[in-house]
Amino acid sequence: MANPSAIPPRAGVGLKPQHYEAVLEGRPDLGWFEVHAENYMGAGGPPHHYLTKIRGGYPLSLHGVGLSIGGAAPLDEAHLARLKALAERYEPGLVSEHLAWSSHGDVYYNDLLPLPYTEETLERVCDHLDRMQEVLGRQVLLENPSTYVTFAESSMSEIAFLTAVVQRSGCGLLLDVNNVLVSATNQGYAPEAYIDAFPLDAVGEIHLGGHARESDEEGNSLLIDAHDRAVDHQVWRLYARVLDRGGLRPTLIEWDNDLPAWETLYAEARAAEWIIGDHEVRAPAGSQFQPPETHAVAR
Amino acid sequence: MPSLADLQGAFAAALRDPARRVPAAVVVGSEGPRARGFDVYRNNVAVSLTEALQAAFPVVQRLVGDDFFKAAAKAYVAQEPPRSPVLLLYGQGFGDFLDGFPPAQEVPYLSDVARLEWARLHAYHAADAPVLEISRLAEIPEAALGGLRFVLHPSLRLVRSRWPVVSIWAASSGQGNAEAVDMSVAQEAAVIRPALDVDLRLLPPGGYGFMEALMTGATLAEAAERASQQDTAFALAEHLQGLFQIGAVTALRQSGPDSSTRTDEP
Repeated sequence: MANPSAIPPRAGVGLKPQHYEAVLEGRPDLGWFEVHAENYMGAGGPPHHYLTKIRGGYPLSLHGVGLSIGGAAPLDEAHLARLKALAERYEPGLVSEHLAWSSHGDVYYNDLLPLPYTEETLERVCDHLDRMQEVLGRQVLLENPSTYVTFAESSMSEIAFLTAVVQRSGCGLLLDVNNVLVSATNQGYAPEAYIDAFPLDAVGEIHLGGHARESDEEGNSLLIDAHDRAVDHQVWRLYARVLDRGGLRPTLIEWDNDLPAWETLYAEARAAEWIIGDHEVRAPAGSQFQPPETHAVAR
Repeated sequence: MPSLADLQGAFAAALRDPARRVPAAVVVGSEGPRARGFDVYRNNVAVSLTEALQAAFPVVQRLVGDDFFKAAAKAYVAQEPPRSPVLLLYGQGFGDFLDGFPPAQEVPYLSDVARLEWARLHAYHAADAPVLEISRLAEIPEAALGGLRFVLHPSLRLVRSRWPVVSIWAASSGQGNAEAVDMSVAQEAAVIRPALDVDLRLLPPGGYGFMEALMTGATLAEAAERASQQDTAFALAEHLQGLFQIGAVTALRQSGPDSSTRTDEP
């Protein structure tokens, strides 16, 4: 392997303990794996044992879920240090976090909570990304959220907000296509328009996942980003639209709850690879995101 | 316009207390499912933390049933929400919480089972360390044995109960016979993970005091003395053998507790 760390523009799968053995025994033909960073912040034990083995055979992406990038308070430096130690140990090809907050006061809420898109939020998020990229010594990707409410005081669109974050902080973006559909349905706008306006040049990774749908008798829907089932056909269509725009990127299948057998998850990844292959044939010269080797840090 | 900090404070307060109104700055639909948008966040927080506790305490849940467990988890989360984004060891205080949770008083051994399950969780995620064989003791001059101190495995924790907590755990996790559990017996146990699998070892009389003394830095002679006070029939050789056999010893030290001289690295 020329560079065992780099994440190829292929399909990857979110790695779960229930699938450790299947992966190690079957050595599936997959581009890479992703893990939630917080699940590997224990001192030792089986999680590190298995991740070390699997990392030996595949590139790895670290996906943080607990740093509270959008929190009003300063970043949790102890948590950032844990993330840095994990990145040094496993040499991930990509590191990502969420446009969300999850801690307030001294309580951790264990959910990705929504933000008003204001100048104040923009400053806070960029300050936190600057600090995160400085400590990790690399560029990180920021994921678009799934939302269930909005804020009256938002002064810009989510796309304008994310574009400004990229310009100011130099971070990249993680485009979660399922989140696009969930938020667009819940907020009443067209997911296609969001995809078409998304700053694709900044995207370093794509997420695909399943959602739950609640409806009332009038047919109004509330989508919930549940990650508990197969990728929805609407999400596959939006994904193809991203690729049509030249967005060939490492693409993750996320399935976190009600886990299926490994074969089912693997079939989802093969489906993504099939769509990727189809677009490679049709558009071999599509623009490629090139993450910088290291993030430029002001000392 | 409220500051981001004020907005998040109001949002967080409404997340934790369903009786509280959704902050004015939050826009939800006036009707249809979208009007329930804020409840999705409330539900995500409550369900995800309950699930974390269910994963950590499967035997407690089996003993009391889903509904009881969820009610206990809800009350625990309200009283002791997580303080860290790392949830791997969330629930350390769940056993002590159950001691004071009125509905749990009818199941008096429940909190001890919870403490045992948390000890297993702790062992699962504890640091790894190579384990010493008992043959290494032969390298110590006999005169120095009494002053020997043991560095014990980072995963090791002791559990003591006035109930047969090990038998209850085993019967409820499919590894023992529930009808054969003699509820009049008190039990003491060691939880340890010398390699990949967590072990639960029932301790013979004197074993708890012996290991507890060693864990707190006592010399071998001091630990044996303390164990003999608890159990007049305490047989040091057998307990030493047991200690090494469960993989509890990772290093030996011949000098005082403040010295960093490790005379016997694996």
